[in-house]
Amino acid sequence: MTMPATDAQTLLEVRGLRKLFPVTEGIFARRKVGEVRAVDGVDFTIRRGETLGLVGESGCGKTTTGRCILLLERPTGGEILYDGVDLAKLTHKQLLALRRRIQVIFQDPYSSLNPRMKVGDILAEPMKVHAMAPDVGRRAARVRELLAICGLNPNFADRYPHEMSGGQRQRVGIARALALDPEFIICDEAVSALDVSIQAQVVNLLEDLRVRFGLTYLFIAHDLSVVRHLCHRVAVMYLGRIVELADCDELFDNALHPYTRALLDAVPVPDPTVEAGRKFRPVKGEVPSPINPPPGCVFHPRCPMAVESCSRVRPQLREVRPGHWVACSEVR
Amino acid sequence: MAPLLEVKDLHTEFRTGAGVVRAVDGVSYAVEQGETVAIVGESGSGKSVGALSILRLIPDPPGRITRGEVLFLGRDLMQLPDAQMRDVRGSDIGMVFQEPMTSLNPVLSVGRQITETVEQHSRVDRAAARKRAIELLGLVGIADPARRLKQYPHELSGGMRQRVMIAIAIACDPKLIIADEPTTALDVTIQAQILELMNGLTRRLNAALIIITHNLGVVARYASRVNVMYAGRIVESGPATAIYHNPRHPYTMALLQSVPRLDRPRRARLDPVDGQPPDLTHLDEGCAFRPRCRFAVDACAKAKPPLEPVAPTGHRSACLRAREMAAVGAVA
Repeated sequence: MTMPATDAQTLLEVRGLRKLFPVTEGIFARRKVGEVRAVDGVDFTIRRGETLGLVGESGCGKTTTGRCILLLERPTGGEILYDGVDLAKLTHKQLLALRRRIQVIFQDPYSSLNPRMKVGDILAEPMKVHAMAPDVGRRAARVRELLAICGLNPNFADRYPHEMSGGQRQRVGIARALALDPEFIICDEAVSALDVSIQAQVVNLLEDLRVRFGLTYLFIAHDLSVVRHLCHRVAVMYLGRIVELADCDELFDNALHPYTRALLDAVPVPDPTVEAGRKFRPVKGEVPSPINPPPGCVFHPRCPMAVESCSRVRPQLREVRPGHWVACSEVR
Repeated sequence: MAPLLEVKDLHTEFRTGAGVVRAVDGVSYAVEQGETVAIVGESGSGKSVGALSILRLIPDPPGRITRGEVLFLGRDLMQLPDAQMRDVRGSDIGMVFQEPMTSLNPVLSVGRQITETVEQHSRVDRAAARKRAIELLGLVGIADPARRLKQYPHELSGGMRQRVMIAIAIACDPKLIIADEPTTALDVTIQAQILELMNGLTRRLNAALIIITHNLGVVARYASRVNVMYAGRIVESGPATAIYHNPRHPYTMALLQSVPRLDRPRRARLDPVDGQPPDLTHLDEGCAFRPRCRFAVDACAKAKPPLEPVAPTGHRSACLRAREMAAVGAVA
């Protein structure tokens, strides 16, 4: 595939990323009987200071893609170049240094914070691991600063996570990601578990932090309206592949792939008058199993535009307009 | 004609270590025959507990329904003997829960779970119940129903499981279906399918539907009337169009403004509701939304404002300044 050449602006480049998980049978003698193709040939780049949205439904591989970049999963194939360096070729020591620069915010603010640690200790832990702010006093000062940056009372350092609301906990999760002064943060469904009124607060906080600290985000989410609000460019994934990638406004105004269009159609708009006037036909069927994905285009069994060749030929991502990439043979 | 369901001054409390939580604190509303009513609110607003209270499904202890009447077809459900209440549940009133994995029994086949309901309520033999189960699975759009009957919940996808839940809910031609966050755990394309299915079935059976959700888009698409809940009370109630286009409670207005919308141009920033959700163990005698409200005045601390008419359409708001909101609300 021919993506634009890497330039100095590129922070992360993912090339042909594949991650297969073995499916095994038997308790003692484990036999491999198949593979889950969680991520099946994914390419994208993220420029410095940019927010790239990665959207799709459960099981599309968006989280696995994020985990591969964090090296929480070892990719089966493909390359991940961070700042021009192939992550797979790093020594343990180099990797440790790199981990300071890449951080993650998880979805569930209840399970991603250790319930037996005080907030202050949760935030100081990464600094200890990476020998930043080596003395206790400076660490404590940094903890208070981080809490303030994330809109929390600095005295929350003495609280336990269970003493806080979901929105406050997610702010702690964000503060922890900021503790090491990273340049790149993967937000994996970072606002999905929050109530609407709180979600908007956290979305604004993430945006402020990006500008203030010059951060780059990979924003993994299933909520299209939030993605549209936060992202500069958006990649849509389906069954382990990227089916469409474009600038945010272009994607939401001129979606070309039939799956993206179905996804956008399915989102109800909070306005009864608008809803009453919309023609609405939900896309048929369910997402097929990634153990045995359909041949050719993975979306063809559900696609309203499918033709005979779609079940044979896997469509490649191609640039149909400047910066607008689509993997569909029927899109002109 | 009397409404199908009339909830009057319902109170449900939970006694917890931290104190008494008044989860539902004086809720009254009515549901007409064949109508779709939405109950909207964020976590902890009492929307689910209110619905479970109607069916007397509150675990006691720690919970207790302390006051109120629920008139359904002329009978007060709160006064029924347990045996008669069991006849109402699953027969006159069907229930669809949020989590289809935990609300279906994992060790019983899907068929058994449907025939159980049918046999319990309509005194038919096994063969007739099985026939009915096949018919029901067909109604909810499950292909090859005879084979599916033998399957267990873990063999089905989330969307399929929710279809089975709906089949059980409509098994005895209920007059009322209560759906508690029926699509929250589902992906957006499957959510659209399930909502269309429920909407079609309730029309066909001429059943009324109470849909409990936090998703303002879902409400806009399906509900004719809306009750907005905050901290255990209904703060605004009325026809969907009035609630969305002319909200008269600051919480409703703030909620509508805080969601990013796909059908509107992108805004630079979201306009969130300030502050944190209320701590239900420490509510005072004033309006619970007061600490987050942009319009709060001293009088708001004195008493909880009653739900009072603001328009002849049945539009009611529980805000001292509801009349002044008319001018502000139109902006949203």
